[in-house]
Amino acid sequence: MANNEMAPMRSKTKDSILFKTMIYIVCVLLAVLSIFPFWVMMMNSTRSTAQIMAHAVGVVPGKDLMNNINILKKLKTFDAMTGLKNSFIISAGVTILSIYFSSLTSYAIFAYEWKLKKIFFAMVMGIMMVPGTCTLIGFYRACYQYHLTNNKLMLILPSIAAPMTVFFLKQYLEGALSLEIVESARIDGAGEFRTFNTIVLPIMKPALATQAIFTFVGSWNNLFLPLVILNDKKNYTMPIMVKLLNGDIYKTEFGCVYLGLTMTALPLIVIYLLLSKYIITGIALGSVKG
Amino acid sequence: MRRKKLVTYSKYGYLFAIPFIVAFSIFTLYPIVYTLIIGFTNHAGIIPPKLAILEDPLENFKYLFKKTPSGKTSFFLRGLSNTARIWVINFIPQISLALILAAWFTDNRVKVRGQGFFKVVFYLPNIITAATIAILFRSLFGYPIGPINDLLKSLHIVKDPFFFLNKITPTRAIVEFIQFWQWYGSTMITLIAAVIGINPEIFEASEIDGANRMQKFFKITLPCIRPILLFTLVTSLIGGLSMFDIPMCLSAGGPQDSTMTVAIYIYNEAFSKPYKYNRAAAASVILFFIIIICSSILFYLLRDKDAAKLQKLKKAELKKARLEAKGA
Repeated sequence: MANNEMAPMRSKTKDSILFKTMIYIVCVLLAVLSIFPFWVMMMNSTRSTAQIMAHAVGVVPGKDLMNNINILKKLKTFDAMTGLKNSFIISAGVTILSIYFSSLTSYAIFAYEWKLKKIFFAMVMGIMMVPGTCTLIGFYRACYQYHLTNNKLMLILPSIAAPMTVFFLKQYLEGALSLEIVESARIDGAGEFRTFNTIVLPIMKPALATQAIFTFVGSWNNLFLPLVILNDKKNYTMPIMVKLLNGDIYKTEFGCVYLGLTMTALPLIVIYLLLSKYIITGIALGSVKG
Repeated sequence: MRRKKLVTYSKYGYLFAIPFIVAFSIFTLYPIVYTLIIGFTNHAGIIPPKLAILEDPLENFKYLFKKTPSGKTSFFLRGLSNTARIWVINFIPQISLALILAAWFTDNRVKVRGQGFFKVVFYLPNIITAATIAILFRSLFGYPIGPINDLLKSLHIVKDPFFFLNKITPTRAIVEFIQFWQWYGSTMITLIAAVIGINPEIFEASEIDGANRMQKFFKITLPCIRPILLFTLVTSLIGGLSMFDIPMCLSAGGPQDSTMTVAIYIYNEAFSKPYKYNRAAAASVILFFIIIICSSILFYLLRDKDAAKLQKLKKAELKKARLEAKGA
């Protein structure tokens, strides 16, 4: 009797071990798939073109990093310092403006009763759906009318109106801020604007941090709009620089191309690994609430 | 007294929303309207002439659908079908894998270890600049020398190096793969959050009733995460319809325009000779309406069924509870 009872139990545990093993095998394979391209990229950036021509898959680092750096400097088209500087200015500007004004806007929706509020919020939801591709031509021609052609401001200023961020922050406020706190600040005689800056903003900090990360990365990675708006080499952002690695002068400089790619990807990888905890929870949060 | 107070405060609602409204009007609303108008005008060339509505206002729109002189499908329609194809072929495996992984990672009987690590690694490709990834894959699939060709040769799968980016199907497959590879991690994390949000009692009850893994997945997990699936579907669709960076940097829309998406078409019409801003604007307007129609259909289809199913589930549960009460 005991044996009979044990038999199905044993097969069940065996089954679940098999199942578990399969899960781990699939996950490890996927992990390799995620890392392998970047690993080859980084290793090849330290190998000479001749080495890459002999064996294109570099698993261990080579000794030609300095050499590749020098070639990249000499060819001049890919100018990492300019790219990094411009990308940083734009992304930082976008992040600061979008975070501050989105929290202000979301507070306006959350804390006050005003006539056009419902229509306004519906509009915010509506624009969230429209991708930049659809407004590109009008936007580009508008640059001429505003006399802001080839100007970074055309990429920074629009972020004052960031519907996605407003929506997310409004959802957050609903869970995190009670109007009683605002009321008590009023009784203490604080002005509305001061209340927002000294009381509401600090409460929103966790949500602002998540949104800041995503806004910054999104702006940093954007190729389409900068490619259209910026046509002076001085203003090129990192993704535009990367696109230049496609050019003919890099056709024979394999190591150099990998180095250029590494220079654009490595800062992101490092930041990502440092902030991964916030980023992963951020994605989960945004989706459940959105 | 009280009324007066309300009125004074409502002022601040407007005041705080002003920066948003102003920036929105200048940088989004005006460009949208302007794009719509340009679609009907003569706006083309390096220095466009004064804006004037065309004699046949729909000329640009008609051009988009007209066959080319050689009798082929128009570039715009080809762009549209390329975009749709690339999106569908990337999305089906993406959502399937994300669903499977989400089911595994939330299975309380298996308890997969190292989930944190796997999540971080699976999401990694999403954080890297798409342009960088496209150029990287261009190098990886390089011809005659490239890591993939090297691997294939050393595994004796091919004898001579294969020119991937010179052929239509392989190039499309690479674009689809990159899209899939960049996004399944993000979708997975979203779905895991949704599955965790399901009331665990439903799972427990089904386990007591002897439901197996498959039954739990199809009868509980899937119906319960329908709203999130809709969200994923819509965001992915909108992103997919405006796909630009990867096909542009990988193959510039080639070979033979096989990876030319609508966004690349718009870009090429407007920013290379003869600078047809009006045609590009017309194409943007059509894309805009396609996005609106598609997301409305999706919302309609999924939302109704969802509510109905939830109600059914609730009813079934009630019935079960009643029966159990009777049995006891």
